[in-house]
Amino acid sequence: MFTYAWLVPGLPLLGTIINGIFGRFLPRKVVGTLASALVGGSFLVSVAVFIQLLGLPEEERHVTSALYTWISAGNFFAEAGILIDPLSVFMMLVVSGVGFFIHVYSTGYMGHDEGYSRYFTYLNLFAASMLILVMANNFLLLFVGWELVGICSYLLISFWYSRPSAVAAGKKAFITTRVGDLGFTLGVVLIFVAFGTLAYDQVFAAAGEVATGVITAITVLLFIGAIGKSAQIPLYVWLPDAMEGPTPVSALIHAATMVTAGVYLVARASPLYVHAPGVLLIVAFVGAVTALFAATIALVNNDIKRVLAYSTISQIGLMFLGVGVGAFAAGLFHLLTHAFFKALLFLGAGSVMHALAGETDIRNMGGLRGKMQVTYWTFLVAGLAIAGIAPLSGFFSKDEILAAALTAPGGHWLLYALGLAASLLTAFYIFRLFFKAFHGEPRMSAERLERAHESPPSMTVPLVVLAIGAAVAGFVGVPGFLAPEAGWTHAVAHFLEPGLAREPLVEAELPPAIGVMLMLIALAVGIAGIAAAWHFYVRRPGTAARLAQRAPAVYNTLLNKYWVDEAYNALFVRPGKALAAFFWRGIDAAVVDGFVNGVARAVAGLSLLVRRTETGYLRNYALAIFAGAVVLVGYLISTR
Amino acid sequence: MLPAHYYLMLSAVLFTTGTLGVLIRRNPIIMFMSIELMLNAANLAFITFSRYQRSLDGHIFVFIIMTVAAAEVAVGLGIIISIFRTRTDINIDDLNIMKG
Amino acid sequence: MRIPVDPSDWLILIPEFILLGTAIAILMIDAFAKAASDRSSPWISLAGTAGAIVAAVFLWGNPLSGFGGMIVNDDFGVLVSTAILTGTALAVLISVDYVRREELPAGEYYALILLSTIGMLLMVSSANLIMIFLSLEVLSIALYVLTGFARMRPRSQEAGMKYFLLGSFSAAILVYGVALIYGATGTVDLQSIADELISPGVLGNPVLLAGAGLVLVGLGFKVAAVPFQMWTPDVYEGAPSTVAAFMSIGSKAAAFAALVRVLIFAMGGLRPEWLAAVWVIAALTMTVGNLVAIAQDNIKRMLAYSSIAHAGYILVAVAAANRLGLQSIPFYLIAYAFMNLGAWAVVTAVTRKGEEAVGLSDYSGLFWSHPVLAGSMGLFMFALAGIPPTAGFTAKIYVFMAAVAADMIGLLIIAIVTTIISAYFYLRVTVIMFMERPAEPPVVTVPTPLAVAIAVAAAGTIWLFLFPGVTQSFTDTVARLL
Repeated sequence: MFTYAWLVPGLPLLGTIINGIFGRFLPRKVVGTLASALVGGSFLVSVAVFIQLLGLPEEERHVTSALYTWISAGNFFAEAGILIDPLSVFMMLVVSGVGFFIHVYSTGYMGHDEGYSRYFTYLNLFAASMLILVMANNFLLLFVGWELVGICSYLLISFWYSRPSAVAAGKKAFITTRVGDLGFTLGVVLIFVAFGTLAYDQVFAAAGEVATGVITAITVLLFIGAIGKSAQIPLYVWLPDAMEGPTPVSALIHAATMVTAGVYLVARASPLYVHAPGVLLIVAFVGAVTALFAATIALVNNDIKRVLAYSTISQIGLMFLGVGVGAFAAGLFHLLTHAFFKALLFLGAGSVMHALAGETDIRNMGGLRGKMQVTYWTFLVAGLAIAGIAPLSGFFSKDEILAAALTAPGGHWLLYALGLAASLLTAFYIFRLFFKAFHGEPRMSAERLERAHESPPSMTVPLVVLAIGAAVAGFVGVPGFLAPEAGWTHAVAHFLEPGLAREPLVEAELPPAIGVMLMLIALAVGIAGIAAAWHFYVRRPGTAARLAQRAPAVYNTLLNKYWVDEAYNALFVRPGKALAAFFWRGIDAAVVDGFVNGVARAVAGLSLLVRRTETGYLRNYALAIFAGAVVLVGYLISTR
Repeated sequence: MLPAHYYLMLSAVLFTTGTLGVLIRRNPIIMFMSIELMLNAANLAFITFSRYQRSLDGHIFVFIIMTVAAAEVAVGLGIIISIFRTRTDINIDDLNIMKG
Repeated sequence: MRIPVDPSDWLILIPEFILLGTAIAILMIDAFAKAASDRSSPWISLAGTAGAIVAAVFLWGNPLSGFGGMIVNDDFGVLVSTAILTGTALAVLISVDYVRREELPAGEYYALILLSTIGMLLMVSSANLIMIFLSLEVLSIALYVLTGFARMRPRSQEAGMKYFLLGSFSAAILVYGVALIYGATGTVDLQSIADELISPGVLGNPVLLAGAGLVLVGLGFKVAAVPFQMWTPDVYEGAPSTVAAFMSIGSKAAAFAALVRVLIFAMGGLRPEWLAAVWVIAALTMTVGNLVAIAQDNIKRMLAYSSIAHAGYILVAVAAANRLGLQSIPFYLIAYAFMNLGAWAVVTAVTRKGEEAVGLSDYSGLFWSHPVLAGSMGLFMFALAGIPPTAGFTAKIYVFMAAVAADMIGLLIIAIVTTIISAYFYLRVTVIMFMERPAEPPVVTVPTPLAVAIAVAAAGTIWLFLFPGVTQSFTDTVARLL
């Protein structure tokens, strides 16, 4: 009945094909409009699916439709099929909805870029891949989407190929996430080994019948994949560098959608995860620690996009904290609100950069409030939302995660404390950014200040729309205890719950008094963070600098991002290169033609003779064949 | 009739001699002759097995292998000569532009 | 042994005879009308190859055995033959302008390609060790000549020499192995060997085991398995690119078909003995091929190491020796024919001063001057790396699942890890293509036949990803052979 849902990934894919082949010959207006319209169409179809799904009784909201049998070999079977259930529809709406506005924004932001049609080809391909990822009805198709979004991300990070840093960042992103993908691949293989199938329905139905150890291994491996894709400790290093890509890309891929794929994966596989409570605890702790860790780096970074990147890492950490304690709906709810306010923050940052000819260093900003009113106010909304100020969206979702961290069966006070600390820092760093960019004395050159201007409507309209979203999106998830007599329900949780593992809903168990108290604590922490930022950067500018002077060790550690990049370089990259060189020079050159040559080289005086023997490649190839034959025959005879 | 293993030993010795020739010699023609020796070792083994199993198959194989060897000679000499035309010596160790 | 030849036996060899007739026709035209031959021979050979494909498909689903069981034509054989003939057809297409540009004698060139293809097809249909040896020589001798075909280029000479000497060396090893197997079992017929293996006295016979080992060496050389792979990079680098492209598909596919027939059909009973050996060879092949490829900056050498690595993956399926393994081998070979020939086709398009520009740096900025060509190259690189949406992904999934079904988890992990490593150097090519255009860019020419070949290869690469089921019904019947 939902076969038409194929249009959801199909329309952007069509855009990829058209723009990819004919984009170069089409006028810019056509390319941008087509790409945006197709993603918009995809959003409309998603809405239609959503409405149709709502029309179904709750227990029937789970429809699989296969397009065709994709692979069938022996007992291995996979179909190209989609699953329509609350979780996938939820993700479809987020991806296509936010994606649409970012496409529109891009038509303005990339308006003068020479790679215009290439850009929209990639962006459409990304949308299609991400939709395939969330709509797949089996792990293999999920994996296809997973790989495709990785490729798109990599292509878009390196979009400005002429900057070596962009190319390097793309490579870094690809290699780092490959580590995660290795875990993911092994996890999928293990699922097939354990369940004999990769279809969600069959796997989840049999989840209780498989040994706990196997489930644990599967969930750990899948989580490694999630860590890589969602930039959590220890595989987060690629995301800040990914900011080399165009800003709308950072907003869409590296904030709102792709990086949350890991959260989606854990939620999707929640029927497996509930059978591995130990792994869920790991998920929660990785999330909580990442949330705090990334927030501390964001405190001192001076690059507007990198601050937002660390903020993204931190916020995704919060989502993992949510799903880790079993509050899957809460994690996904935060995914939704985060998509709004983080996309908005990035687009606002892009608008600022657009006004300042690409400047990203907040030390060279300031006083932009009067120059760009729309950007200013929308940025403020987003900042308040991420800081968790009621009644903006971030408040409800963050509070729900924190409450769950404390009170859910899988929760722990330490998790709550980590999350709360991260929230405090979040409020602080985001308003540090805000005050430094928009308030105070302008610190850019007079000429730049003169040229600073508000962005065109194609950019400001999405800002306004997303700001409205960031402001009100929280109301779909207002906890029921606030006004039970008015019949308020947690719409998101209510909608999503049937698609997730049957975990007791957090709000059901929470006494209203405690719930309200936790809300107030969260609110107080948010306000405290903002107040501190105001004190440091508006009332007494310079306090921060003095603090940095007084504790240089802390400041430098934070500024250098805990020297993690350097450590990785020394630990993994260099040995990897050495290993490749060893195999090349070592095995192929030294060992093979080497033996004779090695000895000969030692006797340097006989260089003439040495050179003649050094060139004996063919005989050495023959020697390898001969040696291989001797070993092989020797081994075979020995098996007798 | 001599026991079969006499012939087989000779065949093995021939095969080893040929292999060592390929590994040690530097003149492609001599190397190729060593390969011929290996083929002939196989021929001897075929004949022996054929004779002692009282079937004629092995004899036929020998002719097939000899024919193939002749074809290889034709091509091999052609390649050697074409190299000889551009460079005057045919030391196999000089053929090392490509490596790695 | 009496070989009863029924007139209907000749039907089995129709594809080979079509190719033979075409080759002779080309040589005749070449002898009597040189000018006409230069223009017409590629198209004649293309027509002949197409005829052979039609004939091969015509034989589909109708397993035949003839010439006293020396030649069989089963569904496995037809599928592998299809891979080979696809490779030949694409290789001919990319040769059209290459041969003209390099001023190679066209008539001989195409005739040799077709003659070598005959050897490959015969090898696929061989059900007899002597037939395997004979067809191996037929395909190899033509390839020796083709490798050294650019007679004036030192690299081509060197490659021809190396390939010739090492090839005959390994063939001699193979034939000695055949002799030993003959001694141990009294037969060279694969079916009879399988029957003989039931008796315990034969199973543990060291002569048989030694023979099997030597045959494995000979075939391992052809598929470029470690440690018999040393020749591959040098030969691929030195040979004319079109020849390297041709042999990277054809001789590999043919040798794998023979390997399957020998190891699985004839010596399936010895699997406990050979499994560990093939396991180690597969692991080494995947590891060495992929790791060494990282250090290459010559694209032809890189593709050579890539072809070594892919042999490793197919060896995983051989080691699995189960239904899925048997299904995955023809599928992998067909997918590989498309993606690998596509990559080689792009290589022939990029030149510098009339020479091929083979340095990776020559590809920098290719995207900006030739977006479609570079995009196709990117697709082929993704396919070789096994990244969706390409046939390479599906092919690897098949092989991985075959390994799962055979409980070879260790080998599977090695395969997955090396696949992930391989993404690095395949991707490097795409990265380079997006970089700044160099001051002196190489000349890129894409004549129509080449463009057609690239388009066909790209379409095949994507098509087999979307609808691997196209070959599904075929490969299902293959599995019945077990």
